[in-house]
Amino acid sequence: MFSGFDFDVIWRSLPYLFWDGMSFTLMLTALSALGGLVLGTLLALMRLSNMRVLGAIATGYVNLMRSLPLVLVIFWFYFLVPYLGQMITGSERPLVVGAFSSALITFTLFEAAYFSEIMRAGIQSIPKGQVSAGYALGLTYRQVTGYIVLPQALRNMLPVILTQTIVLFQDTSLVYVLSITDFLGAASKVAQRDGRLIEMYLFAALVYFLISFAASRLVRALQAKTAIIR
Amino acid sequence: MTYNWNWGIFWEMSPEATGTYLDMLLMGLRWTIATALLAWVVALFFGSIVGVMRTLPGRTVSIIASAYVEFFRNIPLLVQLFLWYFVLPELLPKTAGMWLKQLPNAPFWTGAIGVGLYMSARIAEQLRAGIKSLPRGQAMAGTALGLTTVQTYRYVLLPMAFRIIMPPLTSEALNTVKNTSVALTIGLMELTARARAMQEFSFQVFEAFTAATILYLLLNAVVVFGMRRLEKSIAVPGYIAGK
Amino acid sequence: MPMIDIQAVSKWYGPQFQVLKDCTTAVEKGEVVVVCGPSGSGKSTLIKCVNALEPFQSGAIHVDGINLQDPSTNLPKLRARIGMVFQHFELFPHLKITENLCLAQEKVLGRSRDEAMTKAMALLERVGLKDHSHKFPGQLSGGQQQRVAIARALAMDPIAMLFDEPTSALDPEMITEVLDVMVELAREGMTMMVVTHEMGFARKVAHRVIFMDKGEIIEDRPKEEFFGTPRSERAQVFLSKILAH
Repeated sequence: MFSGFDFDVIWRSLPYLFWDGMSFTLMLTALSALGGLVLGTLLALMRLSNMRVLGAIATGYVNLMRSLPLVLVIFWFYFLVPYLGQMITGSERPLVVGAFSSALITFTLFEAAYFSEIMRAGIQSIPKGQVSAGYALGLTYRQVTGYIVLPQALRNMLPVILTQTIVLFQDTSLVYVLSITDFLGAASKVAQRDGRLIEMYLFAALVYFLISFAASRLVRALQAKTAIIR
Repeated sequence: MTYNWNWGIFWEMSPEATGTYLDMLLMGLRWTIATALLAWVVALFFGSIVGVMRTLPGRTVSIIASAYVEFFRNIPLLVQLFLWYFVLPELLPKTAGMWLKQLPNAPFWTGAIGVGLYMSARIAEQLRAGIKSLPRGQAMAGTALGLTTVQTYRYVLLPMAFRIIMPPLTSEALNTVKNTSVALTIGLMELTARARAMQEFSFQVFEAFTAATILYLLLNAVVVFGMRRLEKSIAVPGYIAGK
Repeated sequence: MPMIDIQAVSKWYGPQFQVLKDCTTAVEKGEVVVVCGPSGSGKSTLIKCVNALEPFQSGAIHVDGINLQDPSTNLPKLRARIGMVFQHFELFPHLKITENLCLAQEKVLGRSRDEAMTKAMALLERVGLKDHSHKFPGQLSGGQQQRVAIARALAMDPIAMLFDEPTSALDPEMITEVLDVMVELAREGMTMMVVTHEMGFARKVAHRVIFMDKGEIIEDRPKEEFFGTPRSERAQVFLSKILAH
């Protein structure tokens, strides 16, 4: 089965696959996880606030994002972001947005919806007494949220957040539909150029598997550790 | 330069000449539904088997089952579809590979089964959690009455486990629908692919995507409605979850 | 030949923790034996071993002359002949009361639906729950559920009945209705092994009382002797605690 298998093509393209491809993938994963977490936390706070309108906006946004396939959302933002940029900057024509920025904006906005659900659960898991104790000490809403509620929610939800980040890492492969050179994009370009689809796709699968598997093991270990402390 | 809206575009003929742009999108919706249905059947079938295997006492069985779950969970769906579509036919014996490549509607079959297998790992995990959440005494009571392991699962554990996991199953059903869009990368002309094609032909990008968005929302609503109906119809009188 | 014969049974959880130490006792046909002891004493584990619901590492258990650990023993068949009642009832929540009673009759004994139904209704009448036959377990009180569970076990025409703390999950006002059913069963001559703290029940119908502590059988004596003068200090302490109120 492996008689016609060309390991050399993998070896030759390693620098391209990892320096160009994987660094894009990891950068996109890390930045959009961070951005998604910040925006998601804001959305969660909006949903849990007493302000009806804010809550409704956040709920609508989260539900809309979670109802749509990521591929469709990627297309949406790919075409929408230039026009939004034009609106914001007031320029004459739609902005030219680079592939990385476009992908980053898309994944940040998309993942924010999922992170907001995680943070909402995290915030709701904090006992009401914690908040009351904060107010009783004379803290303001901002202080209670910033010093008491969010740190605990983040810590409790850390394993779930990291697990979602692993999902995000895999989902970034979908930028393939925009012909962007992420890890899969790089593998696919080599595959087409050299006619080595089998080698390159098997190798890509293996790399994704090893990274996701190792990362999920780490998360599990972390979970076990934090479970003992509490 | 501003965007030129043209909502009338849906009633114009598409260059495929098989009907209007609206017809084109609706045809995509049908493929999305067909793919999602077959994927769901595949996912439930394999997910149930693997989920049950994960709860059996035998070590070998549970190792095989967890290897299955890890495989399908740790490789991106897109890469999995590439493996089934581009790689698998090459690795099979020549005649089988040729047959696979020349299969009519190959993107549909590959997409549906690929998405189904991907989802089956997630369903297996849900089902395992559902079975584990049942009191240990339930299996014991079945065993004590003389039921075999198969009978205990069939009549005692699975009916309750599936009822308990109805809410997460609903969201997995929605995920199945959404994930069918990834199959556009192997050439399946489902809803997202048709919206993209409409954009390329007509340049009315936002009309095309708005229509696709609305169709997905409607499809979601139908799935949620159907699953809720099912959940209600199989609800057990007097049973309070978590008791 | 005793109905239930337990010979030198020992059981470990892992290499360290021994739950049963060299337990030996027997239950004759028609005999009612009450097993008591503090929590964690291994009494529930012992009774589950009798039904092969828990494996054990050494010793032997024979039920009606059949060796549980013999590989040729058909365990489902054997278990079907021993009725078991659990602390938490373990009725199947998705099945109606009648279906709970019919399931094993049909699937294990191969009875027809009519046959199973006739049996089920007769037994429900006997435990006073005929009017509830069409309901689901979740719609009954704890005491009613446990009576259904007893009826479910009886539907298999068992040669012996095992009770694993049948009243300890019940609210106090429901304990009597379950004990009444058990007393009646004992008086009809059913072979019974009962793990319970209900000493009133023991006094009324038990022939023998077994006292266990830390995995060992400390006392195994006729009821009169046990309640008269328990020999071991541990049994005395235990009795004084549960009879204090």
